[in-house]
Amino acid sequence: MRIRAQVAMVMNLDKCIGCHTCSVTCKQTWTNREGTEYVWFNNVETKPGIGYPKHYEDQDRWHGGWKLDGKGRLTLRSGGRIKRLTRLFANPDLPSIDDYYEPATFDKDILVNAPAGLTDTPVKRPHSALTGEPMAVQWGPNWEDGLGGTHEIGAQDPNLARMPAEAAAKVRFEFEKTFMFHLPRICEHCLNPACVSACPSGAMYKREEDGIVLVDQDRCRGWRMCVSACPYKKVYVNHATGKAEKCTFCFPRIEAGQPTICSETCVGRLRYLGIVLYDEDAVLAAASVPDERDLLDAQRAVFLDPADPAVQEAAREAGMPEDWLRAALTSPVWRLISEYKIALPLHPEYRTLPMVWYVPPLSPVLDAVGAAGRDDTDADDVFHTIRELRIPVEYLAELFSAGDADVVAGVLMKLAAMRSYMRARTLDGTVAGELLDGIGMTAEQVEAMYRLLAIAKYDERYVIPVAHSKDAAALEAQAAAQPDCSLDCAGGPGMHETAATVTRFHLVDGDEVHPGRAGLSARRSDGRLGLTVNPVRGAS
Amino acid sequence: MNTLVWIVLPYLCLAVFAAGHVWRWRRDQFGWTTHTSQLLENRLLRLGSPLFHLGAFGVIGGHAMGLLVPSWVTEAAGISEHLYHVTAVWGGTITGVALVTGLALLIARRFVSGRVRRVTTTMDKVLYAALAAMVTLGMVSTVGVNLLGDGYDYRETIAVWFRGIFWLRPEPELMSGAPLVYQLHALGGFLFLALWPFTRLVHVWSAPLAYLWRPYVVYRRRRGGVPTPPPVPAEVRDRALPAVSGRR
Repeated sequence: MRIRAQVAMVMNLDKCIGCHTCSVTCKQTWTNREGTEYVWFNNVETKPGIGYPKHYEDQDRWHGGWKLDGKGRLTLRSGGRIKRLTRLFANPDLPSIDDYYEPATFDKDILVNAPAGLTDTPVKRPHSALTGEPMAVQWGPNWEDGLGGTHEIGAQDPNLARMPAEAAAKVRFEFEKTFMFHLPRICEHCLNPACVSACPSGAMYKREEDGIVLVDQDRCRGWRMCVSACPYKKVYVNHATGKAEKCTFCFPRIEAGQPTICSETCVGRLRYLGIVLYDEDAVLAAASVPDERDLLDAQRAVFLDPADPAVQEAAREAGMPEDWLRAALTSPVWRLISEYKIALPLHPEYRTLPMVWYVPPLSPVLDAVGAAGRDDTDADDVFHTIRELRIPVEYLAELFSAGDADVVAGVLMKLAAMRSYMRARTLDGTVAGELLDGIGMTAEQVEAMYRLLAIAKYDERYVIPVAHSKDAAALEAQAAAQPDCSLDCAGGPGMHETAATVTRFHLVDGDEVHPGRAGLSARRSDGRLGLTVNPVRGAS
Repeated sequence: MNTLVWIVLPYLCLAVFAAGHVWRWRRDQFGWTTHTSQLLENRLLRLGSPLFHLGAFGVIGGHAMGLLVPSWVTEAAGISEHLYHVTAVWGGTITGVALVTGLALLIARRFVSGRVRRVTTTMDKVLYAALAAMVTLGMVSTVGVNLLGDGYDYRETIAVWFRGIFWLRPEPELMSGAPLVYQLHALGGFLFLALWPFTRLVHVWSAPLAYLWRPYVVYRRRRGGVPTPPPVPAEVRDRALPAVSGRR
């Protein structure tokens, strides 16, 4: 047994309102640079929908993740090592920028500088951030939000194709009949990362201490195999630097004991961060179980119980610090995944053993119970209704349990039972014992789960032990010494020292954005940044 | 003049080639990349890039065969002059055509696609121009002189001169008799080597062959890593603040 700790996340989808605060703060922190205009380390998608990049879940097309070969051995879906090297010259599985979206920018000057007394209203138009030409905005990191176009393209959602037909027929896309939920996505920091395994130059790695998956910017040679190998499409090409970039799990913050920026700023307080202990030697076997529906339990079995004295002993022997062990004991992620068993991994069938898990959304259940004329404190009524939701349980099952609807239904029942139990206790002062029996949990457990999910105190959502390294203090000091930026400054944590050939992270006076590359924006005479394109005639 | 062009210049170019790579490797790991633009344009690249690369492998192999293998070795191996000539000319023509087609497609996409045009650096343009010039000269000497023309036995002159450079016994007089295309191609070749370390061509040396043997998942330990209890963030910040204001 080789015991390791992994910083992991759980998102409670029930509480996600799709406000995109996580996406925006992440973008501002990490990808507000040239070359990464189209990159969202964190994006929020609307489901059902085809997502960003389009159809990314369709692995018959993109060949991301792992599969078992004829002999039952785990191989990358895109093929073996030799096959990958033969495809270095042109990667057939690489999404193009149009599969993500063409990034746009606007010339707001035309509004600001409009002369007084115009009879027609000036209009700013979108210009491509890639070419400067006028363009039509046609897709984005969450185009389907608010049902944008879902009635036309929603049926292309790859999850629907895999669902049983009669269940798929229940998913409606017409306005007033449809129902949607939001799915925030970041890098999964997998235990069995396909991107790391596909990287020809060995530039991608998983950190031993906390399991964060990173790209070594100095070693990346731009072979772009990681982009196609990741089934979640969460590794991106920076087209200005020619290198791969991905979600860093905000490791400079994690090392200092702070939550990631997406978690910190989450308005709905739906993200949970904590560490999980796991056995590295068990990873390969767990990812190789023959039946996709066993992957969930197999992955849970890789995690080690932090309360088990034998595990604690092994962890101490492996040199794990005491405060990490304490953090593992109080980890909200461990509780949601392994104790309450209400968190599920996103697409376990990709066999990457992802480490960002989700509590599936319950929202419409109790309404549906009422609408069906049933009693929402009656266990049977609630459990029956869960099977008849507008978003069929089968759809959630395609996302979170490799199609095993019973698993998702079981989780939803726990959540519904918790609500009904708490309602009965708070309003009537009664204890709904039959609800507890139905889900096999004790009253104490349900109330602790309620506290973690509904009250969701900051200190209970985020249990992150500080990094044990002499670097930690230095990293903090470095961040603090930059008065105007914390993480993305030149030479900042994880970022490369600014050299002549490197894109700067902030536009500074007089900077050309990229040598040899005409900047789209330039400093205007009044000191503000403006586009160099002529809004009327295209490129100036 | 002979000495300058056929001795000094080659050694100068080789020195720049070597020193340039050392400098680039030490100073610019971040810029050491293929600088892929497949994300921005895939249609032309899908055809052009494999053609170009496979053609280049063939052409490089052909050059190695022609320049590094002395004629007495092939003769000793029982390969007749005629057989060698036919192999060299036809092999060179086929790989050359692949290279030319690929290069043409790759250059075309720099013009056709506005997205790719925008990310094309000055060094890229220099590289494409140099490649185009070299490939044209090479094709003229292979197809024009050896296939369609009277032919020229470079193995007795150019190849000997080329090997002489590395044996530190250069014989410039061997080159003065060669046809002009061959002279230009040989000179251009050395200039091209001098340009090499400053272009994206450095990615050639990072060909990821080690990938075939390494374990799939790479684990790395964070550098440093001596367990010391770190101070709370606010403490560090307060300590750092006077230093910041002092620097202003």
